[in-house]
Amino acid sequence: MLDDTDRRILRQLQADPDVPNAVLAERAGVTTGTLWRRLERLREAGVYRGVRARIDWAALGYAVEVSLRFTLDKTARGAFDDFLAAAREVPEVTEIQTFLGKVDVRLSVIARDMRHYQDIYRSRILTLPHIADIEALMHVATIKSADTVPL
Amino acid sequence: MTDLDDIDRRLVAALAEDAAQSAGALGRRFGLSQPAAWRRIRRLEEAGVLTGRRVDLDLEKLGFGVTVFLGVKLATKGRVSLEDFERAVTAIPEVQTVQHVLGLYDYRLRVVARDLTDFERVLRRRIMTLPGVGDFEANVLLSEERRPGPLG
Repeated sequence: MLDDTDRRILRQLQADPDVPNAVLAERAGVTTGTLWRRLERLREAGVYRGVRARIDWAALGYAVEVSLRFTLDKTARGAFDDFLAAAREVPEVTEIQTFLGKVDVRLSVIARDMRHYQDIYRSRILTLPHIADIEALMHVATIKSADTVPL
Repeated sequence: MTDLDDIDRRLVAALAEDAAQSAGALGRRFGLSQPAAWRRIRRLEEAGVLTGRRVDLDLEKLGFGVTVFLGVKLATKGRVSLEDFERAVTAIPEVQTVQHVLGLYDYRLRVVARDLTDFERVLRRRIMTLPGVGDFEANVLLSEERRPGPLG
């Protein structure tokens, strides 16, 4: 489905999403017309879903980020759906992932400081349904954050 | 910079959803002139709230069917071993995210692969051979949602 030109365009786009289309076209070795048509086609095929701004929550005053790993009580019917629906209602939850493995669900939770985190943890997290076990990993630093794939 | 008003917060949320929108279009949506919207976006960038853009691709359609979250514990610690590990792990193209964490593990990695066989290759040849790697735990991603966060 993807040919070398598509791959080249996506590779350049991933590497530097901030450049204008004219620069991107030049780097990928195509005309701006071709670039536009290719991106449009990739968009229609659902491969290219758009560009999103990255938010630095620390700059917004959210200094604490915790990765919470949950094991759910799977004997309860609808445990996953209930848990996920309730987790979506917590504004401080920025990511929700489900897994195959020891961990069932992971939530990324942000807070202004440790006191605020403790509030959220007690009033919004521990009250989520069907929790069997929770492990917390406190985020210290992001060493790499790429969102890119080796195309 | 925590003194954002409602419009700033809505601008941030709108750009996190679609960063290709022009200042003119955002302005019309939130009742601002094009220059006023542009100035607010500039200010949010300068304050480090908006730190750039990321491309959202459907990895499965690109042939990357497997994403694994790996918790890694270092066998030996100390400043030098952390730096060695971080330098080596950052250079692996299949590793998208590296986070230093406190808790059960020392690092949290997000790894993409074509399939489970490919993941096994990355794990054995590239990750298990990293300097200082001790215990690790792999969880295969089934679904993922990014939420808007506390912007409303």
